[in-house]
Amino acid sequence: MLDCTPKEITERKSGGMINPAKTCQPIGAMYAALGIHKCLPHSHGSQGCCSYHRMHLTRHFRDPVMASTSCFTEGSSVFGGGANLKASIQNVFHIYKPDVMAIHTTCLTETIGDDVSSIIKTAEVAEGKLVIHANTPSYVGSHITGFSNMTKAMVSYIAESTLPVKKEQVNIIPGFVNPGDMREIKRLVKSMDIEYIMFPDTSGVVDSPMTGEFEMYPEGGTTVEQIKDTGNSQLTLALGRFASSDPADLLNKQCKVPAAVLKTPIGIKATDALLMTLRNSFAREIPKELEIERGQLVDIMTDTHFHFHGKTVAIFGDPDIVTGITEFVLSLGMIPVHVLTGTPGGSSNSAAGSFEDDINEMLTTAGITANVKSAGDLFTLHQWIKNQPVDLLIGNTYGKYIARAEDIPFMRVGFPILDRSVHSYLPIVGYQGAMRLIEMISNTLLDRADRDAKDEDFELVM
Amino acid sequence: MAEDNAGRIAERDGFIVTKGKNKKQLQCDTDSSAGCVSQRACVYCGARVVLNPITDAIHLVHGPIGCASYTWDIRGSLSSGAELYRNSFSTDLKEQDIIFGGAKRLNAAIDGLVEKYQAKLVFVYSTCIVGVIGDDLEAICTAASQKHNIEVIPVESSGFIGNKSAGYRAAGDALLRLIKPSEPIVKSNSINYLGDFNLAGEAWIIHNYLRQIGVELNVTFTGDSHYTALKSAPKAKLNIIQCAGSMLYLAGKMEELYQIPYIQISFLGIEDTAASLRKIAATLGEKSMIAKAEALIAKETARVEAIIKGYREKLQGKKAAIYVGGGFKAISLVKQFREIGIDVVMIGTQTGRKEEYETINNLVDDGTVILDDANPAELERFMMEKGAHLLVGGVKERPLAYKLGIAFIDHNHDRKHPLSGFEGAVNFAEEVYSTVCSPVWKSLSKSGIDRGVTNHG
Ligand code: SF4
Ligand code: SF4
Repeated sequence: MLDCTPKEITERKSGGMINPAKTCQPIGAMYAALGIHKCLPHSHGSQGCCSYHRMHLTRHFRDPVMASTSCFTEGSSVFGGGANLKASIQNVFHIYKPDVMAIHTTCLTETIGDDVSSIIKTAEVAEGKLVIHANTPSYVGSHITGFSNMTKAMVSYIAESTLPVKKEQVNIIPGFVNPGDMREIKRLVKSMDIEYIMFPDTSGVVDSPMTGEFEMYPEGGTTVEQIKDTGNSQLTLALGRFASSDPADLLNKQCKVPAAVLKTPIGIKATDALLMTLRNSFAREIPKELEIERGQLVDIMTDTHFHFHGKTVAIFGDPDIVTGITEFVLSLGMIPVHVLTGTPGGSSNSAAGSFEDDINEMLTTAGITANVKSAGDLFTLHQWIKNQPVDLLIGNTYGKYIARAEDIPFMRVGFPILDRSVHSYLPIVGYQGAMRLIEMISNTLLDRADRDAKDEDFELVM
Repeated sequence: MAEDNAGRIAERDGFIVTKGKNKKQLQCDTDSSAGCVSQRACVYCGARVVLNPITDAIHLVHGPIGCASYTWDIRGSLSSGAELYRNSFSTDLKEQDIIFGGAKRLNAAIDGLVEKYQAKLVFVYSTCIVGVIGDDLEAICTAASQKHNIEVIPVESSGFIGNKSAGYRAAGDALLRLIKPSEPIVKSNSINYLGDFNLAGEAWIIHNYLRQIGVELNVTFTGDSHYTALKSAPKAKLNIIQCAGSMLYLAGKMEELYQIPYIQISFLGIEDTAASLRKIAATLGEKSMIAKAEALIAKETARVEAIIKGYREKLQGKKAAIYVGGGFKAISLVKQFREIGIDVVMIGTQTGRKEEYETINNLVDDGTVILDDANPAELERFMMEKGAHLLVGGVKERPLAYKLGIAFIDHNHDRKHPLSGFEGAVNFAEEVYSTVCSPVWKSLSKSGIDRGVTNHG
């Protein structure tokens, strides 16, 4: 069932996608915008896009996701969307009363060439209210690009350097991760006793507590004041190059805040790197509490390594997450044989570097060769797996078709996860997140071993 | 949410009425206001929803990646055969295509897919951007069709040309092209079943009833349907329509072109299911059929009423709010709620038509709020004002209801069990019961742990 993928790999002449491993920019921008306190994301385009983006985020987070739309009609697409957008700005502040309105474009408004920034300039915006915008054409990049672009917009519209001397404070750009991950990263920084500003920060927004009331703007999110103050920080940590390095660079250009681009702190190595950077930059000791956690993690890794060692794995999803997971499974002795992201991955010569180079470098160090691809789709991944099967598949919900067709144990990580719950509350980052990942990996593999064991091989203790 | 946030936008006033208060007519089928948090979808969405259940077709979305990603297998339409429709195919337009046109890319994509999957039918959906860059879908599809000697049908569904209803129409046009016979039609004694997308296998339940009363079913539009079956559509002698919103246009055209009359039926709830079976038998006019229908109704009603009575006792006096896509479904739901002892206090749709709102108005009690194309703030305001215990809606409404501490059931794409027919009536009652009477609501307390303790009692 559901196996429509031929095994033979033939050259794909067409540029089309079969079963995409990415989605479009606006949803990333919408998600980032939700990470500003009292912000209503606004989709400049037809209602359909907005409705899809809200639906997808709603399914992943299982929380209400609010966003307004310019409601394009045929007229607006012929004569331009200026009037619609102005009316939208008025209506949004009048009815929904956000502090900030974060506009992103869609394919349509990009194509007809609406100049959003000049429309905003000529719109009436009440005292104390703020409108920011990001250009997010979906025919460029992916949802990760959109997240990055909206985060950049926060910097360009809001961040300011107002002090002669920088504060002893760090900016953290967490990238496109779950609110549970953001909480965990904040906990790490807090436990080192360092002042920080995380932006965007969706914790408390898309994982808000149930109170019996619907809050259009839950308590979470980075405040405008905080975003403004990022210009006064001593350092920016951009976690995950694809989602975070551009806004960090911009902040450096605009406010002279140097940036360190680190991996999303998945696994022991990347978490170590985060904490060491903080320690070195702020002359703080790593607290006992974290040393203990790390020790526990290493203990768990040694206790369980034989379950994973030598197991082959296919990993797909967003580039920063895939990079982190790849590094982590390597540290467990697993063998990544297929590694793929749908997001276009930069090129070897570019300043930003490339996804494929990053992964290949890690693999080479480990003495492994694998299929590695950016801007790929799940059809390609499925073909690879058919030709070279793996013991475990790691990726978002869409992997379930491949897992079923090929009968492979499957572990859900990343975005979107549409068929399981609670994932967005619990971290995969930091030492604790690594413990959770180990639990997930081993449960997935051992449940499968139990299921497949013949009666005579079935064991109580594993 | 704060009181004033539930505020109104003057333009929206026409879209909301309270039964009994005034005689004003509800506005509907117009565009949403700019800047609103609309729950509505787009033309492409409407078209995709209708056509996607055709299981052996290649559904190729011509546009940037998002439109295809979001509609990848989200419908829950089941298949008894081919699974091709559950893939997501996109031309994944890039910047150069936007500048120089997407024709080349589309051609290559069709070629590649046809070669890979040997399908007999390809639908090419246009998205907003294609409407703007002006690719000649018609010409490309015609050429591809000749080249591969299969059917390649364009679906004109650029998102901005209207709302979901326009998408239904675009789907209808595509279907009309598909079913157009190349030879003279030989009429048969069978009927077509329109507007069931086989969510959770619902069409199979209805097929089974029709078989039991001796009705020969020709093809279902479009749940679990395929190329060959759809081709035979013109030979039917009657069309029955479940989802009117999506199918009325097509049915009208089929009457005009192939002299197939249609009747509207509904298989939601015991009352409507029984009435519909009678109506079908009566329309076909065969004595034996009428008798068999009566026997089936008697048997099934007796079976399920006993079960439903148990639920009714538990649910009596609860209040429901409805927010669904089409008006026809909303009407059935009002009746179905009555069957289980629940009053509807708020009712809204995304794409309801004027006649449907009239029917709704006649059906509901005084004081019921009726609204078109509502936003979340309005939904919240009226549900709280009216003291609803339950909301029926789609995926975006679920967390909203939960946050308010209100029970919820999905009557849209995410339903996991069939809600059609007698079986469906039982499932419906069971689901309403399990959500309205779930112990989780006891853990909810405004003042947190303190009151939680008293609540658990
Ligand atoms: S039109 Fe563009 S922005 Fe809208 S859903 Fe499609 S890809 Fe995304
Ligand atoms: S781009 Fe147009 S067709 Fe695609 S989802 Fe958005 S409104 Fe619908």
